[in-house]
Amino acid sequence: MALLLRKILLFLITIALVSVITFAVFQVIPGDPVRIMLGPEADEVQVETLEKQLGLDKPLHVQYANWIGGLFTGDLGQSIRFSQPVIDLIIDRLPVTLSLAFLSLSIVIVVAIPLGIFLAKRQNKGSDIVFSALTQLGMAIPAFWLGMLLMIYIGMRFDFFSISGYVPWSVSIEGALGSLLLPAITIAIPQIAITFRYVRNTVIDQMKLDYVRTLRSKGIQESIVIYKHVLRNSMVPILTVLGLIFVEVVAGTVIVEQVFGLPGLGSLLVTSISYRDFPLVQGIVMYITIMVVVVNFVIDMLYTMLDPRIRLR
Amino acid sequence: MRKLAFITSILFFFIILAACSKDSGESNGERKETADKNEINVRINNDPDFLDPHMAEASITFQMILNMFDGLLYGDTDGSLKPALAEDYSVSEDGLTYTFTLRDNVTFHNGDPLTTEDVIYTFERLMGKETGEPLDANFEIIASVEAPDENTVVITLKEPNSAFLSYLTALDSAILPKSNDGKHNDNPIGTGPFKFNSYNPESNLILDKNENYWQEGLPYLDKVTFTFQPDDQTALLALQSGEMDIVAVGSHRIPEVENDFQLEYQDSNTVLLLGFNQEREPFQDQRIRQAMNYAINKDDVIDAAFNGYATKLGSNMSPAMGAYFKEGLEDVYPHDVEKAKELLAEAGYPDGFKTTLSISSHAELYSNVAQVVVENLREAGIEAEIEVVEWGIWLERIYQGRDYDMTIIDFTGVLSPYETIKRYHTEASNNFFNYSNEEFDQLMEEVIVETDENKQVEMFHRAQEVLSEDAAAVYMADYQIIWALNPKLEGYQLYPYFFHDLSEVRFAE
Repeated sequence: MALLLRKILLFLITIALVSVITFAVFQVIPGDPVRIMLGPEADEVQVETLEKQLGLDKPLHVQYANWIGGLFTGDLGQSIRFSQPVIDLIIDRLPVTLSLAFLSLSIVIVVAIPLGIFLAKRQNKGSDIVFSALTQLGMAIPAFWLGMLLMIYIGMRFDFFSISGYVPWSVSIEGALGSLLLPAITIAIPQIAITFRYVRNTVIDQMKLDYVRTLRSKGIQESIVIYKHVLRNSMVPILTVLGLIFVEVVAGTVIVEQVFGLPGLGSLLVTSISYRDFPLVQGIVMYITIMVVVVNFVIDMLYTMLDPRIRLR
Repeated sequence: MRKLAFITSILFFFIILAACSKDSGESNGERKETADKNEINVRINNDPDFLDPHMAEASITFQMILNMFDGLLYGDTDGSLKPALAEDYSVSEDGLTYTFTLRDNVTFHNGDPLTTEDVIYTFERLMGKETGEPLDANFEIIASVEAPDENTVVITLKEPNSAFLSYLTALDSAILPKSNDGKHNDNPIGTGPFKFNSYNPESNLILDKNENYWQEGLPYLDKVTFTFQPDDQTALLALQSGEMDIVAVGSHRIPEVENDFQLEYQDSNTVLLLGFNQEREPFQDQRIRQAMNYAINKDDVIDAAFNGYATKLGSNMSPAMGAYFKEGLEDVYPHDVEKAKELLAEAGYPDGFKTTLSISSHAELYSNVAQVVVENLREAGIEAEIEVVEWGIWLERIYQGRDYDMTIIDFTGVLSPYETIKRYHTEASNNFFNYSNEEFDQLMEEVIVETDENKQVEMFHRAQEVLSEDAAAVYMADYQIIWALNPKLEGYQLYPYFFHDLSEVRFAE
């Protein structure tokens, strides 16, 4: 119970800090949301009218205070750019980004863990060198370019994939996969490169430990040694990495959503920043922070499940 | 067992996702089948700023929403003004009273008939009469809007204004139903060929056919989707895979599309220019500005940035403006480095000078042009350093704050020649060049009260000459927008302003 309270307190402090930092950054960068939206041909009279309507004629700290005030009543405010409630815009996009993030993470897990174990068993062999080279390559490829390649060589060839836009799961599961799979792979590839190396090294370290020798000397099948014992013991460090990978994946959605024209939180964030849409930026940053904090919390919980010796304090 | 729990928890996430993913509009669900469905998908770079036509300013917004609205008049493909919701109109001799006869049998998308009350409501809303919040400064010159009978509207001005008719298209004053007051942005209603279906931010704007459109037999299409895709490359791929039907392509991509698609080349009525801050050294000096004009090779710019798909300009107006355009100015300053050096020396800068060229990062165009310009200027001894700033900063610091040496910008065309060049008036709030010329100011003050059209044309011609002679900026080009269309489509028309007129677009039999 005390643990939960502490977690919640920590969570609130994180959110408060993030929101203050976002606010501070907004105070530093120049740019007027109304003028950016209306462009150079904007009518002075109209700019004035709009600023009055949107409350932008008030000083920024008053706007911030109003925003905080709204937060307590569950109101994230109104987007300047889209003239819609921030909460509606976020809820519309949350499924896209969450699907993309978890699909990427699943691909990373499904590919990287078996691959890491496989390579751990074949140390110093030819394939190990090949995969080391591939790791370097996978980490070095920029996401936007990889996305383009996938679009041209896979997306254009198979009707199953769509090149831009998003089909909601509720409309068609096939369509949703078709629109999300390529971007998810784009995000996953560099992360797979990082993860499988980590898995390999962790498994190799574990295999050097005494309990493995003991198990083997008892005549236990090698596959059971690896999958039941070694993997289990490797899971704690691997989970830590997966927590970090999740943050990377969420960050990756920002660029990849642009490339594939997916209407997700990442692309909305980019738009809202370039339009100086203060309420919307704050709202999205809050959601992304919450997402990352929650996932890290879940990972903390999983530690205790995997290794009963770990007690969260 | 625990591993199983882990996997189930991941699966569980997906189930929650699937359950909470809301149907956010029809997105691209029906891709690739559009051809059989009598509907098309048009690529637009960005979201509209507002759906309310009185609030909207961005040209890409009107590119879409002009399909939903009509004004009293409309700008035809040649730029001339034609009657739309006003069947007929007359202007009194003193240029103060405008009388419009409304067309019969026009209904709004909600079924309400168009009445004089709606027209009065529209203009009073623009003037901010009820709210005290005017939406467009152009309508401040209206003294009154009255309806003497059921289908006549009389607008009286405070003073004559020769540009007034050009404000009466849907670009400035789309006629809106009074019954929809307060909801024009969330649920726009007009009289145009297509009606609002849904707007999904950052995704698309969907319009449906208006079955009761006042032009018999139009439109042909049942549904139009404007898909927002900021990435050119992705848009091109979407065109090639059949997901989109109308996409603008860059001139360097023509070879990739010319065999499989219909191409339409639209003169964009844009003026791309290099502007100087004429409150700063050394740009106050006419000779320096002229030297820059001689130094810059417009043909190089056109080749490098547009592959030749652009028209060379000599003043702040494009040939797309028809009669108002003054011909021959594009050759006033031929590329002549020696002449440029001479002028620089005469002005007291025999070794040239150092300056900064500030450009916005939001379009590749500016940096492409800037590199050619900087190269050209170097030949004449002028060292310009390129500074790239974000669009928001460009607007605030350079355009509003006038804190810059030189910049490159393109102004998209409007129907009115007056609106096109009025920014060069010394007092204009958007005169970010800090340009000031007595003759020009006087011409602009006279032309706005001039009722004779021939005299107006003469004055606009002279005004363009002044800008050229005085080297108010380096006028470079009006570039073409190249549209790649699904080869089965016909009836697509090009306008001298941003407008995807889809009312006559149809699939060939």
